[in-house]
Amino acid sequence: MTALGKLFRTTTFKLTLVYLVVFALFAAFLLVYFALNTRRLITEQITDTVNAEITGLSEQYRIGGIRRLVLVIDARARRPGSSLYLVTTFAGESLAGNVGSLAPGILDNPGWSESAYRRLDETDGPVHHALVRVFQLPGGFRLLVGRDLEERERLYHIVLSAGRWSVAIVVILGLVGGFFVTRRVLRRVDAMTETTRTIMSGNLEERLPVAGTGDEIDRLAENLNLMLERIEALMHGLKEVSDNIAHDLKTPLTRLRNRAEEALRTAKNEAEYRAVLEGMIDESDNLISTFNALLMIARAESGHARDDMKEFDAAEIARDVGELYEPLAEEKGIALKVEAGVSAPVKGNRELVSQALANLVDNAIKYAGPEQKQVNGQMPNIVVKALSDGDRILLTVADAGPGIPEGDRSHVVERFVRLEQSRSLPGSGLGLSLVSAVARLHGGELTLEDNKPGLKSTIVLPRAGPQPVLAGS
Amino acid sequence: MSTYTDIHGQRASGRIADAQPDRTTMRLLVIEDDRDAADYLIKAFREVGHVADQANDGEEGYALALDGQYDVLIVDRMLPKRDGLSLIGALRDKKIETPVLILSALGQVDDRVKGLRAGGDDYLSKPYSFSELLARVEVLARRRGGRNEETVYHVGDLELDRLSHQVTRGKEEISLQPREFRLLEYLMKHAGQVVTRTMLLENVWDYHFDPQTNVIDVHISRLRSKIDKGFSQPLLHTVRGAGYMIRDGAR
Repeated sequence: MTALGKLFRTTTFKLTLVYLVVFALFAAFLLVYFALNTRRLITEQITDTVNAEITGLSEQYRIGGIRRLVLVIDARARRPGSSLYLVTTFAGESLAGNVGSLAPGILDNPGWSESAYRRLDETDGPVHHALVRVFQLPGGFRLLVGRDLEERERLYHIVLSAGRWSVAIVVILGLVGGFFVTRRVLRRVDAMTETTRTIMSGNLEERLPVAGTGDEIDRLAENLNLMLERIEALMHGLKEVSDNIAHDLKTPLTRLRNRAEEALRTAKNEAEYRAVLEGMIDESDNLISTFNALLMIARAESGHARDDMKEFDAAEIARDVGELYEPLAEEKGIALKVEAGVSAPVKGNRELVSQALANLVDNAIKYAGPEQKQVNGQMPNIVVKALSDGDRILLTVADAGPGIPEGDRSHVVERFVRLEQSRSLPGSGLGLSLVSAVARLHGGELTLEDNKPGLKSTIVLPRAGPQPVLAGS
Repeated sequence: MSTYTDIHGQRASGRIADAQPDRTTMRLLVIEDDRDAADYLIKAFREVGHVADQANDGEEGYALALDGQYDVLIVDRMLPKRDGLSLIGALRDKKIETPVLILSALGQVDDRVKGLRAGGDDYLSKPYSFSELLARVEVLARRRGGRNEETVYHVGDLELDRLSHQVTRGKEEISLQPREFRLLEYLMKHAGQVVTRTMLLENVWDYHFDPQTNVIDVHISRLRSKIDKGFSQPLLHTVRGAGYMIRDGAR
């Protein structure tokens, strides 16, 4: 495709052409209209003066008879100008005036007509045209007054030719302007295409050029750049995840292998083999649950689970999860309380939200365990709450444990991140990542706050259905 | 012979040695294209006294299952020639109501739902433990016999009335929380059979995820303290490496 061909195929150029045709037609219409109107106006003017003159001349005739009229006409006919006068007898003999010849039959029809004529003083040369009025005077005389139309026609043609020229200029300027505008747009689009190619070839740090004019191409480029940033972040996350997977799955796999090897080398009897094998099963189970958690997070993050979202009551989930964990908490010497009286409708995946809340409660029990009892001398508490706050539903789990230092709070949500003090406890480091992914899947978020002392984790979800009615219902 | 007793069983008291499920021989059909996995399953089923056949693809499995002589079908979801779900659908169309357990590498909630909607009776995602599979298969086979219609369950001197929600042991009335009642109801419905923790979580709590900490054990020990404490004959048994079982040990 040639450069010119490419140019003609652009949307901008096609648009230019369409506008050009529209404007040219409009300009032509405007000028023709103007020309016709001017002509009409001049014609009106002519009729008015001619009428006035005829009135004046008939007055002269009434006062002084034909002699006076002939004198006046004679005088007027001698003046230079475009006026035509003629007085004839009933038979058509000329008495006075400046008209040499007329189209035949004009004098026989009183009233207005357009006629070719020659003046008295010219015998050859071009025939002129005039607008004349023939008036029947009392006594059989006929009076003809007219005006030459040359001026009117000239003006009409001037306007028309001006119109042709301006349309031509509009077309030329439009084409040239369209060409340049298109070329400019094309250049920017080409630059964007070029950058896109580099990005596609793997250079994700590249960004589309922004001209800074704030026009639609700039806005498009800015949005695409934002998208690229998101993609880059996702790719980065993906890379991080695969690195993490490599580390966090390979480590237990290595342990598994080592155990098997060691058993083969050192185990002496069936009991010892059994012990090792059982340990290996436990280890594999941990691996499987890590895998499941990873898959679940990936699924929640891809937004796939949005397909089967239904409305449910988050308060019920708080009660159910609380009930599920209450015996475990009690066994560990922790009082678990649920405060979820009012209904808290949420649209989403009940299973995922339950699991997210279960993870938070699980964490609270794990980290705010009985060793905290010594700190403030009372039984450690965990409070699970479901609240309705305007258009948001809050599912909170508050404990009085060691909490998470402020600086680490955004960090712990990432996959496989485990804080130093928790490394000795069992866990995959995926719990909070899953909670956060589930919250985001539902259009909400996970927030971690200081419970003074302890940690207050909140799953914020958008409220489903109509707003609560304050009184009644 | 048993997969359930193991080193822990020997170490633990006689109570666990008692806890053998009531097992009648079942005829099973394993429809699985991975030969190693199928061989492993068939061998393991034979070890516990069941008879298992194998089909390598969907068509063969369908042909074998058509005469309805099996107690339970174990169907892999992804099969050559005919996939698991369409196979189940075809069987159900032919009014073959043999219970089906679907095995699948796809373990997410909506995959389960799809599987169950297609006519499967239970769903287990890979990788699974054999004891989990065995427990589920045995429950499915028994379901066919039907204990659903009974309104009062009896195990030894323990009695559970499903209508009045009353639980008594001997002459003594036992008061249970609603969830404890449902837990006991489920255990007693499958008396003499092993139920795994996952089965309890799915059927009593309706959760299909895996809680990080084993919360079920604590619920069981609470229930146990209510129904077994102070009685010489324990009824609620732990089956090491598998789950729990309620049965009258004296039988």
